[in-house]
Amino acid sequence: MASDTGASYGSTLRYKSVERIKAVGKHSLIGASGEFSDFQEILRYLDELTLSDHMWDDGNSLGPKEIHSYLTRVMYNRRNKFDPLWNSLVLGGVKKGPKGEEKYLGMVSMIGTHFEENHIATGFGNHLAIPILRAEWREDMTFEEAVKLVEKCLLVLLYRDRSSINKFQIAKITTEGATIYPPYSLKTYWGFSHFENPAQGAVGSW
Amino acid sequence: MSSIGTGYDLSVTTFSPDGRVFQVEYATKAVDNSGTVVGIKCKDGIVLGVEKLVTSKMMLEGSNRRIHSVHRHSGLAVAGLAADGRQIVSRAKSEAASYEKVYGEPISVKELADRVSSYVHLCTLYWWLRPFGCGVILGGYDRDGPQLYMIEPSGLSHKYFGAALGKGRQAAKTEIEKLKLSELTCREGIVEVAKIIYGVHDEAKDKAFELELSWICDESNRQHQKVPNDLLEQAKVAAQAALEEMDAD
Repeated sequence: MASDTGASYGSTLRYKSVERIKAVGKHSLIGASGEFSDFQEILRYLDELTLSDHMWDDGNSLGPKEIHSYLTRVMYNRRNKFDPLWNSLVLGGVKKGPKGEEKYLGMVSMIGTHFEENHIATGFGNHLAIPILRAEWREDMTFEEAVKLVEKCLLVLLYRDRSSINKFQIAKITTEGATIYPPYSLKTYWGFSHFENPAQGAVGSW
Repeated sequence: MSSIGTGYDLSVTTFSPDGRVFQVEYATKAVDNSGTVVGIKCKDGIVLGVEKLVTSKMMLEGSNRRIHSVHRHSGLAVAGLAADGRQIVSRAKSEAASYEKVYGEPISVKELADRVSSYVHLCTLYWWLRPFGCGVILGGYDRDGPQLYMIEPSGLSHKYFGAALGKGRQAAKTEIEKLKLSELTCREGIVEVAKIIYGVHDEAKDKAFELELSWICDESNRQHQKVPNDLLEQAKVAAQAALEEMDAD
C-alpha cells in the first residue's frame, strides 16, 4: 500500500509529513484519503476494537475481512444519519485461514460502498492509477516488482494531481506483520518539450 | 468463627452496635471459601496465579478463566463468586477504556485500582444492592513500574508486594513472606507462585484443580498475558517436585 504524506486544507498544502497508512491489529493495514480528523477518529474506533479483541485472549484475532466489515458498518450507518466520516478507506491484510494464507484487499467509501479487489485506489488514483494497475498487475508479483508498479502510479499522480506531494510512504503487510517504510521521494523530470513554453499555443487576452 | 448478627445483619445499610457492617463481612466469607489466588510483585513485573478448583470432570481445560486482562498493561485475578468477578472485570475494562478515550493515554494502575475499589464500595452503600462476593488482585505495569493492588468486598484497597485471597491465603502469605521479592525475576516468580499454589492446595477437601498463571513483565513487553505454555509446564513440574520433597519429609 502506498500514499503520499501530504494533508491539505482546502487549496493550501498544510501538513507535509502525515502518515496516512497505519497498521491495525496483527493482520491488517488501513490507508485513508479525505478528512484527516475523521481518519484519526476511525483509528480510535479501531484501537478500541482491537483492544477488546485482544482482551478476550481466546486465540483468535480480527483479520482484514472482519475489520473491513466493521468499517463498512460504521461508514454506512454514519451516512444514514447524514453525518458521514469523509474518508475513502483502503483495507489490506493477510491472515491464515482454513485454506491457508488468505490475502485481502478492499475499500470502503464515505457512503458505505465497499468491495474487494486486487487493486484499489482513492481519489484521482481511481482515474490515473487504476488503468495502469489493470494493465500491469499480475497475481505472482514479488514485493520489489509491486513497489515498482506502485511507484509508477505514484509518479503519474505526482505529475497530474495538484494536491499530491513528492514524499511517499510504502507499507507492507505479511503474515510476519506490518512494516511501514520511512518516507522517500521519487525522481521527477520536468524537461519534457511539451512543458517548455506552455503558453505558446494558447490564445489569451491578457 | 461465625458470629450471629442478631438482626443487624439483614441489610448492608445497617451498622451493628459495635460498628460492624455484617453483610460486608459475610461477603468476605464468600471470598475466603474460594480457591486460592496469589499475586506477587517481582523486580521486573507482576505474577498472578489462581488455584482454579475444577468442579466437574466435564469441564474443558482452560475454560472458566479467573484471570482477565483489563487493558494491555493490567490483569485482574478474581477470588470468590465468579459471576460477581466478571462484573468487576467488565467495569474495570470500561473504566480503562473511558480513561484512555478522555486523556489519550492508558490508565495508570493506581487510578484503575482507585476506580475499581470505588465501584466495589458503591455496592455496599445501598440497601437495594448487595456487596460483591469477590475479592480481586490487580496487577499492572505502567510508568511507575510494576504495581500490585488488592481490592476486598468492602471496597478497601491497598498496594502490596505480595497478596493472597481464598482458602489458602494464610499459608500462601507465609510462603510469600519467605521470598526475597526485590531480587526475584518474573521467570523465577512464576515457579515460586506455582509452588505456593500447589503447596496450599488441600488434596483431601478439593480433588482436582487447574493452575492459571499470568504475568506482566519486561519479558512480555509490559503486556498482561498468560504465561507461555513451556514456562507454565516447567513451573508445574518444579512445583510438583517441591511438593513431593515436602511429602517425603
